[in-house]
Amino acid sequence: MTINQSGWRPTMTEKGGESAASTFTGNKALMLEEALIFEIGSTETTGVDFTGTPAESDAAMPAKAYLAGLEREAPIGLPGLSEPEAVRHYTRLSRQNYAIDLGLFPLGSCTMKHNPRLNEKMARLPGFADVHPLQPVDTVQGALEVIHQLAHWLVTLTGMHSVAMSPKAGAHGELCGILAIKAALAARGEDRRVILVPESAHGTNPATAAFAGFAVEDIPATADGRVDTAALKARLGPDVAGVMITNPNTCGLFERDLKEISDAVHAAGGYVYCDGANFNAIVGRVRPGDLGVDAMHINLHKTFSTPHGGGGPGSGPVVLSEALTPYAPLPFVEQRDGRFELVEEETAGEHHAASFGRMVAFHGQMGMFTRALTYILSHGADGLRQVAEDAVLNANYVLRSLEDVLDAPFGGAGPCMHEALFSDANLAEGFSTLDVAKGLIDEGYHPMTVYFPLVVHGAMLVEPTETESKAALDQFVGALRSVAERAKAGDPALKTAPHFAPRSRLDETQAARKPVLVWKDAEPALAAE
Amino acid sequence: MRYLPLTPSDRDAMLATIGVASIDELFVDVPEAARLSGPIAGLPDHASEIAVERHMTALARKNIAAGDGPFFLGCGAYRHHVPASVDHLIQRGEYLTAYTPYQPEIAQGTLQMLFEFQTQVARLLGTDVANASMYDGSTACWEAIGMARRITRRGKAILSSGLHPHYVSVARTMAKYTGDVLETGTPELVPDTDYHALAEAIDADTSCVVVQYPDILGRIGDLKPLAEACHAKKALLIVVVTEPVALGALKSPGEMDADIVVGEGQSLGVGLQFGGPYVGLFGCKEKYVRQMPGRLCGETVDADGRRGFVLTLSTREQHIRREKATSNICTNSGLCALAFSIHMTLLGEKGLRDLARVNHGAAAAAAERLQMVPGVTLVNTSFFNEFTLELSQEARPVVRQLAENGILAGVSLGRLYPGEGSLANGLVVAVTETTTAGDVDALAGALEEVLK
Repeated sequence: MTINQSGWRPTMTEKGGESAASTFTGNKALMLEEALIFEIGSTETTGVDFTGTPAESDAAMPAKAYLAGLEREAPIGLPGLSEPEAVRHYTRLSRQNYAIDLGLFPLGSCTMKHNPRLNEKMARLPGFADVHPLQPVDTVQGALEVIHQLAHWLVTLTGMHSVAMSPKAGAHGELCGILAIKAALAARGEDRRVILVPESAHGTNPATAAFAGFAVEDIPATADGRVDTAALKARLGPDVAGVMITNPNTCGLFERDLKEISDAVHAAGGYVYCDGANFNAIVGRVRPGDLGVDAMHINLHKTFSTPHGGGGPGSGPVVLSEALTPYAPLPFVEQRDGRFELVEEETAGEHHAASFGRMVAFHGQMGMFTRALTYILSHGADGLRQVAEDAVLNANYVLRSLEDVLDAPFGGAGPCMHEALFSDANLAEGFSTLDVAKGLIDEGYHPMTVYFPLVVHGAMLVEPTETESKAALDQFVGALRSVAERAKAGDPALKTAPHFAPRSRLDETQAARKPVLVWKDAEPALAAE
Repeated sequence: MRYLPLTPSDRDAMLATIGVASIDELFVDVPEAARLSGPIAGLPDHASEIAVERHMTALARKNIAAGDGPFFLGCGAYRHHVPASVDHLIQRGEYLTAYTPYQPEIAQGTLQMLFEFQTQVARLLGTDVANASMYDGSTACWEAIGMARRITRRGKAILSSGLHPHYVSVARTMAKYTGDVLETGTPELVPDTDYHALAEAIDADTSCVVVQYPDILGRIGDLKPLAEACHAKKALLIVVVTEPVALGALKSPGEMDADIVVGEGQSLGVGLQFGGPYVGLFGCKEKYVRQMPGRLCGETVDADGRRGFVLTLSTREQHIRREKATSNICTNSGLCALAFSIHMTLLGEKGLRDLARVNHGAAAAAAERLQMVPGVTLVNTSFFNEFTLELSQEARPVVRQLAENGILAGVSLGRLYPGEGSLANGLVVAVTETTTAGDVDALAGALEEVLK
């Protein structure tokens, strides 16, 4: 059954859109419109054949079915496409995406660096890609060795005691660290209820602490964009479980006082969680362990180049201090007598009884571990140090090349780390950071992070990363300068940008007021039960 | 360094523009004591592609891959054939190297794909709506338990003994901190699910009942009476599906009135990958959508009236709500969701039903063959592509012994439930479209040999 028999064309207003050429298809040469699979597919079309499948000869529905009388009889409503149609559908859709492969992607705090293709090739070796998580450990020694080797690099690069590899992403890693802190406090018989979080923190920090049952209290920032050390110290006490600090912080600045803060927190009986989202700025130049950190997640999809994939998968291993190591989650890998063992519930009782438990079904993001290890081995200790230096160099170059045209609230105080922060202070009346961002889209760039961190009005956070050439930075600087000048001059065309993207500004209010989250068929016969 | 474009003269020119004499001046905010003067000792320096490839390939060769011989493992991760075009398409840079679609005007590719994914997942699970993915099935499961607590304002979750023990472990970890009380048990090697006992256990404090369908032993039970029992006590029914291909043959949990349905989507498009990354599926009734965790993609229009897609209802999420968010999840499993969605689109309804039929047929033939082996009893009277055998001796050493002969025989319950003597002889065997009759014969022959 064809789900959409009417033939599809993009919905247009009578004016067809200010920038839309009026073509029959809605396409504009290489800018191609694409219908939904529910409009072009049919439930009888398939791109997969089963004739001659190994198991097919057994697979006429067996004489006796074992489905408990629960056969699915009603139509499901899943459209299929033949392979040529599917390849075309997803290829056409892909062209409506911006990506690192297309150009500089200066999304602050997200570290959008080049994703080396060797990583992809290695992750697809059958010995990694086609291995089941519950195989006997003798048959997966190579997989466990990958985890072990990556763990060694992460521990050494951070100067920490151990690493929990299983967290699935940065926020999951935060949870791991916070649960380890909670377990450590419980082991001391203490029920401390408060986690201190600076105003400039990522939203995941307070969400994580709250999930773990802590009360979250804000710590203000100083005028130079850093944690107010005096205010933080003043708040320490027997009810404070710990602090969550991002370093380098979300203003792109190094928290100079972190060691002093850590010492004070430890003296007051608390623990220090460091959000390692910005580790790229310091890898090979600073070890968080030297700053008194107790737990820090590392986003392998940031510093160690595993692809972001349009929103994941990530991977968030958490390095731990000696104090928190006994509480690390299961499972983890140990080397004993040249053999790699997987410590799970069964064996944990013997020598890891204090573990706070399991966070995921299996062993973490193995596919990301192989990619990250490949990246790390490619760079080596010398290359990783160069990564941090070039990332910081590129960000400072952008900062100094634009501070005459955009307000850089902390630019006067000294260098930034891996990202340059600007505000909307110099824009014309009625023009906002959003307009600058949308103007950059027309220039062929993904915008920087906007309106974050919250401590700066109309924040624009630019993280170029080390994988950009000077020529690429010069062109980006030229483009952002041009857009900023238009915003300062009050160019009305900027208010309706982007003009050249596949879509103009989208109505997010309507999307939220009357949410349409799934396709609804016209034919009632196919409506979901 | 092949990944670093700056040349030494570029660096000098840029330092001059910045107005500093050396790179060290840019790290001036790092306290003296914490500055490392050179590369960290004891770690190797950078290496060529050839050298890295040699190193990684040697590691990969130390593993036995599923394709190396007869293979029967399941229990939450399944070996299925993934069409070649899936991996080709997800490696397009526009998908692979894009970020979360925060700028919808230049992310319609990812957003439209997510809208299609949400619809496919909702239809597969039989729910009104679905989100844009979670990390995996196990984390989706505990997020669902938390969601039930928020909806019902009750704190006791009753977990089926047939729920994957690692999912139970994850829920138990989280419950220690959220204050949920979990009631759970160990499965018995009997043909029936524990749904009936679960229905009896529901009381006025129960937020939800969580069952797996088919369950950890492969058994299938009717969810409808359980849903009715839940709703009679104003509790929610959460159903966990670890093998989505099963829903090409079995009634969906939504059809049987489950309130929240979560799943592990790994079977379609993603591959085994030693346990991750996978993709969590999360669907529910429409009335609960504002309590859902995770990202949601919604349809809207642009300023020119053209249809487009955006991330929506983000007032549930951490970047807006901070400590009041429904979850702390940020990055999810976008690229795996894409792989799932492409595979599902290639299958379509016809292909999914064919795939399910082939799986069930092959599993039925295997079950009938294996229970002929002396010392082997088939526990199940119902199953989809995975069933439990009770051996005449402990299954775990048998699995190890067969692995030495190149046969990956299944998952022993001793591995999943260490210390549970009553389950030690249990072996869970999964059979998919990748399994040949010869593989089954090899397993039967090897079992016969070992159990003599």
